Amino acid sequence: MRSATMSIFRRELAGYFATPVAYVFIAIFLILAGAMTFYLGGFFERGQADLSSFFTFHPWLYLFLVPAVAMRMWAEERKSGTIELLLTLPVTMGQAVLGKFLAAWAFIAIALVLTFPIWITVNYLGNPDNGAILAGYIGSLLMAGAFLAIGSCLSAVTSNQVIAFIITVVVCFMLLLAGYPLVLDAFSGWAPQALVDGIASLSFLTHFNAISKGVIDLRDLVYFGLMIGGWLYACTIVVELKKAD
Amino acid sequence: MIEINNLSKRYGALLAVDDISFSVEPGQVLGFLGPNGAGKSTTMKMIAGFLTPTAGSIKVGGFDVGEDPIQAKRSIGYLPEGAPAYGEMTPRSFLGFIADIRGLAGDRRRQRIDEVVARLNLQQVLDQTIETLSKGFKRRVGLAQAILHDPQVMILDEPTDGLDPNQKHEVRALIQAMARDKIIVISTHILEEVHAVCTRAIVIAGGRLLADATPAELERSSRYHGAVSLTTPQTPAVVEALRGLAEVDQVEIDPQDGRITAFPKQGRALFPVVSELIRSRSFPVDELALESGRLDEVFRQITLPAQVERARA
Repeated sequence: MRSATMSIFRRELAGYFATPVAYVFIAIFLILAGAMTFYLGGFFERGQADLSSFFTFHPWLYLFLVPAVAMRMWAEERKSGTIELLLTLPVTMGQAVLGKFLAAWAFIAIALVLTFPIWITVNYLGNPDNGAILAGYIGSLLMAGAFLAIGSCLSAVTSNQVIAFIITVVVCFMLLLAGYPLVLDAFSGWAPQALVDGIASLSFLTHFNAISKGVIDLRDLVYFGLMIGGWLYACTIVVELKKAD
Repeated sequence: MIEINNLSKRYGALLAVDDISFSVEPGQVLGFLGPNGAGKSTTMKMIAGFLTPTAGSIKVGGFDVGEDPIQAKRSIGYLPEGAPAYGEMTPRSFLGFIADIRGLAGDRRRQRIDEVVARLNLQQVLDQTIETLSKGFKRRVGLAQAILHDPQVMILDEPTDGLDPNQKHEVRALIQAMARDKIIVISTHILEEVHAVCTRAIVIAGGRLLADATPAELERSSRYHGAVSLTTPQTPAVVEALRGLAEVDQVEIDPQDGRITAFPKQGRALFPVVSELIRSRSFPVDELALESGRLDEVFRQITLPAQVERARA
């Protein structure tokens, strides 16, 4: 059981590094993360030994980069026909979905780990709270995982990668800002307050900000866990429905 | 053993597979014949567990494909139509992946990979990415993948498509070598292939099973079965003489090469009579042959009505 997931995981992860895509992604991620931290976040000007100017921009960075990783996940399998090969091997749908998701998540985790120079920098310049920084990394990784789960589900909806990318960006953007007027105003006029509050509580940003400040609350972990689990479960259903199209 | 009962598959308004039942025993090489869009691939996809049937049941090696898909898939090696494979992988890493997921390990893993690589002549491309390989090599990588775990049941969708004649010959030899105690189902629209490798042929058209017989039996239903064909410089005289024979039902002349074909009346043996006629009248004959039947003609005869019906529907 476990080994099928692992085999798929290993194949997928190796697949990322078999093409230039992985290196381009990592390079752009590192450049943008650095540029945003120093220029938009004012890392030096703030004069504080923490990484909040680094983590603040992660949601926006992920908004475009994670869908780019996720878009090929199932769309490519369907387009090249390998989905027929994969799903006639002795694996369950859950193993296939999980193996592919974990590989993409591990790939993003590798990119995230490669931002370690900024952690060294801040430790060299001052005495930051490394516990809070670790929490920030955990929060960032969880959010990337949630984006990825959404992206994997939506990449199963279409065999066109561009469409998968755009839909994923839009859905992630809505969820990112679910707690903000841009999204809430569309509902507050007519929907009952309970629904509006419900939508607001789905906001990625609210949960991410809490963790990135160094406060790991069980509710935030559960939120991300449910997000990932829910979207992956939806993904298994969508793949099953659409595999033969 | 494959057992298929009342299998149907519907796509919206189209009934792609319509109430098909058959079973296949070990040692049989079953050829699926039918025009494009007949339902061959759809049926194979259902046996392999990729598509869920609309109705009916499939059992492979005693396991129901719908209820116990993992066990059923373990006993099946499947070559999907077009032999899809992960293009960025090399045959070595691809076969390694398949071996892992099929649970092959240690010595057996190495031994099986070595064996399929040798059998399909993949040595020289082992470390080239699959997307850069020729169509023939891609197809062979797909076949290697399908037989890697030495499965009891092999479902091969157009295994020789895109191969050159030598490669076709090798693949057919491979299928025959594996056939002894296994179940092999292949689909093809190359009729000579049915002759070359299949012990049994099923003709499907318009989603329905129209014939289930050995290739020889199919040929026997051809109107050419038992016919005698010959070429001669004295065409008019020979045709005249042939028409005079009591056993001859009909004589046709090929407008292109002038080949004369005489068709026997129901149940009559024509060859001895014709050869006797040639000898007694001393006709100069360049070539004389007994026709065993033409599969392509039988194929058309069986499948055309179904296609016409579908086009009308």
